[in-house]
Amino acid sequence: MSRQTVRSGDPRKVSAELFTLTYGALVSQLVKDYENVDEVNKQLDKLGYNMGIRLIEDFLARSNVGRCHDLRETADVIAKVGFKMFLGIVPTVSNWSPSGDEFSLLLDNNPLTDFVELPEGQSNLEYSSILCGVLRGALEMVQMEVNVWFVQDQLKGDNTTEIRVKFIRRLEDAVPVGED
Amino acid sequence: MASILQRQKSSILDRPLSKGKAEVNLSTFALLFSEMVQYCQSRVYTVPELQNKLTEMGHHVGVRMLDILFLRERTFKREVKLLNMLLFIKTNLWKTLFGKEADKLEHANDDERTYYIIEKEPLLNKFISVPKDKSSLNCASFMAGIIEAVLNGCNFPAKVTTHWHKGTTFMIKFDESVIARDKTVDGR
Repeated sequence: MSRQTVRSGDPRKVSAELFTLTYGALVSQLVKDYENVDEVNKQLDKLGYNMGIRLIEDFLARSNVGRCHDLRETADVIAKVGFKMFLGIVPTVSNWSPSGDEFSLLLDNNPLTDFVELPEGQSNLEYSSILCGVLRGALEMVQMEVNVWFVQDQLKGDNTTEIRVKFIRRLEDAVPVGED
Repeated sequence: MASILQRQKSSILDRPLSKGKAEVNLSTFALLFSEMVQYCQSRVYTVPELQNKLTEMGHHVGVRMLDILFLRERTFKREVKLLNMLLFIKTNLWKTLFGKEADKLEHANDDERTYYIIEKEPLLNKFISVPKDKSSLNCASFMAGIIEAVLNGCNFPAKVTTHWHKGTTFMIKFDESVIARDKTVDGR
């Protein structure tokens, strides 16, 4: 007798396994296409950026979140609303820099890396660097220029997965004509 | 030594297999898939090449889904009958991936090697509008790749292609040997 797993059948959701494996297919294709690991990381970041600039619209439309007043509030919204909405996880915000322009997102589990093991010789691959691109793209669309990078990754044997976000500046000239 | 032990402990094979109930937002998936299609397009010249590339990526997902499903749902039992195999894809595979069965499974009248799985509105195509000059493009080719990998992995060699017909139709054309073998299995 076959056992059937039943998901909730919510039309706004999709199987996390399909998502994870699809992302895996993309990464492995990139690794095949580019021989240089740095180039793969860069491509993943770029694809993420493209996702981010579109994803923010969906985020603003559905979340009902108003304008953030400082970076601390932004960080909270990213973790508690953004990540929750799109990946179903809530990272912990921590490791603030003394000047308050840099923080870390700590991920206990990363849905992108279920079923994933980095093969030997791929230790420089930033498997989830698409997340950096997404954050960069999405924040750019709300007039914030940021740098995003991985500090630790469970895939590489670290205890936790840590994404570092550094605020660079407010983009003033990015406001479209007729707004504000 | 201690560190080696620790690493082995956290190996992926030691962790329990997920129950497959986790879900992510459809938008996240749709945006990812859109980037995949665009990436593939940037590396090819023609529509068939693009579809082939998507099919190849589907293989990657298919072989892994096959492992997951057979471990989780069928307690290691393999499938030997052609029709049951197709029903497995129509029901189990589809439900795991999309939360519903595929709309239809049909057998071609004029060719015993050909079967069709028909999905009126595939999830993969939900947010994709096909450009006029590429009207034959069907990005559900990715799904065709998944089906193909599952069939091949179960030793039912087949070629799966994607067509715009009653929504999206996946045409499954089995190898001669599969049909011949199935007749002997049936005979018993």
